[in-house]
Amino acid sequence: MEKRLILRGVIAGAVAGLLAFVFARIFAEPQIAKAIDYESGRDAAQAVLDKAAGITAEAEGPDIFSRTIQANVGIGLGMVLFGVAMGALFAVAYAICLGRVGKLRPRNLAMLVALGGFVGMYLVPFIKYPANPPAIGHPETIRDRGNLYLAMVVCSVVFLVAAVWLGKRLQPRFGNWNATLLAAGAYVVAIGIVMALLPALGELSANVKEYGHHATETPLPLTNSKGTIVYPGFPADVLASFRFYSVAAQALLWATLGLVFAPLAERLLDPAARAAAKPAPRQPEGVGAA
Amino acid sequence: MSSLSAPAALPTPVVLPAAKAVFWLVGTALFALAIYYFIGVDQGAYSVFGKDMHVHEFVHDARHFLGFPCH
Repeated sequence: MEKRLILRGVIAGAVAGLLAFVFARIFAEPQIAKAIDYESGRDAAQAVLDKAAGITAEAEGPDIFSRTIQANVGIGLGMVLFGVAMGALFAVAYAICLGRVGKLRPRNLAMLVALGGFVGMYLVPFIKYPANPPAIGHPETIRDRGNLYLAMVVCSVVFLVAAVWLGKRLQPRFGNWNATLLAAGAYVVAIGIVMALLPALGELSANVKEYGHHATETPLPLTNSKGTIVYPGFPADVLASFRFYSVAAQALLWATLGLVFAPLAERLLDPAARAAAKPAPRQPEGVGAA
Repeated sequence: MSSLSAPAALPTPVVLPAAKAVFWLVGTALFALAIYYFIGVDQGAYSVFGKDMHVHEFVHDARHFLGFPCH
C-alpha cells in the first residue's frame, strides 16, 4: 500500500511541478529578467565609481549557462524536480496520517496534507525570509541566510506536526472545533516566538559592518563620494511582483498536488467507492461528506 | 488540521502498520530531502562538490523563485 501511495504522490508532484513551471515561465521570468538588468546596470555604475576612486574591480567569471538555458530549461527542471520531491514527502506524510488523524475521507485528508505542506514547507518560512529575485542578497552572507532559512523550514514543519499531535490529544476533551483552534493557536505562538528570535537578514553582523542597520539586503540607491544618487535602489514593483508570483506558484503547486492525489487516493482506499463500482449491496451514503 | 474531521460515515479505512512500511517511507523521505537539498541549498550555503557551480547555476531561477536564499 505504501508503495502505491508513494508512486501516486510522485506522479501528482511531477504534474504539479510542471504546472508551476509553466506559471513561472510566463510570470516569473520577466521579473527575473528585470532584476538581472538592474543588477548589470548597478554593477556598471559601481565600476565607474570604483574607477574614479582608483579601485580596480575583479573581473567576473564567465557564465556557466546562458540566460536562455537558465530561464527555459534550468527553471523547468528545478520546478519539476521540486514538485517530485514535495510529492514524495507529501505521500510519506499522507501514509503516516492515514487513519491516525480522525475520521477523514481519503480525498479530504489529501487536501489537508497539501495545505500543511504549503504552509509548513513554504509560506511560514516565507513570512520571515521572503523569496528574493536575483540582485538581492550579498554573497558573503549566503551561509547565514541559508542556515536561517532552513531553520525556519525545520521549525515550521516540526511545530506543524506537533500541532497536529496536540490537536489529536485535545480533541476528546474539547471537541473537534475547539481542539483545532487551540492547536492552531499554539502553532502560531510557537512559530511567532521563533520568528521574533531569529535575526532580520539586514542585521547580520557582516551586513551591519558594511552597510549599517537595515531590515533586509535589498539594494539601496548607489551614491558617489558627494552623496549624489548615481543609480536607484532596487525597483519596488519588481520585488513585489516577484514575491507575489512566488507565493502564487507554490499555492498552485500544492493545490495541484492535492487535487491530483485526492481522487487517486480515494480510488485506492475508499471501500465504498470500490463497492459502488460493483453491483453489490450499497453502503449507506456518507452524511455531509464533502 | 488533525481534528478537522468531517462527520463522514466513511473514516479513512487503513492504518499502515508502521514497522512494515517504515523502510519505504524513510527511504522516500530521504530521497525527497536529497532533491530538496540539491535544488535549494547545494553550492550556496553548502557544497558537496567543492567549488563547482553547475547545479547552482542550472537551477538558479528555480532556486530564487521557490524562495531559497541564493548567492
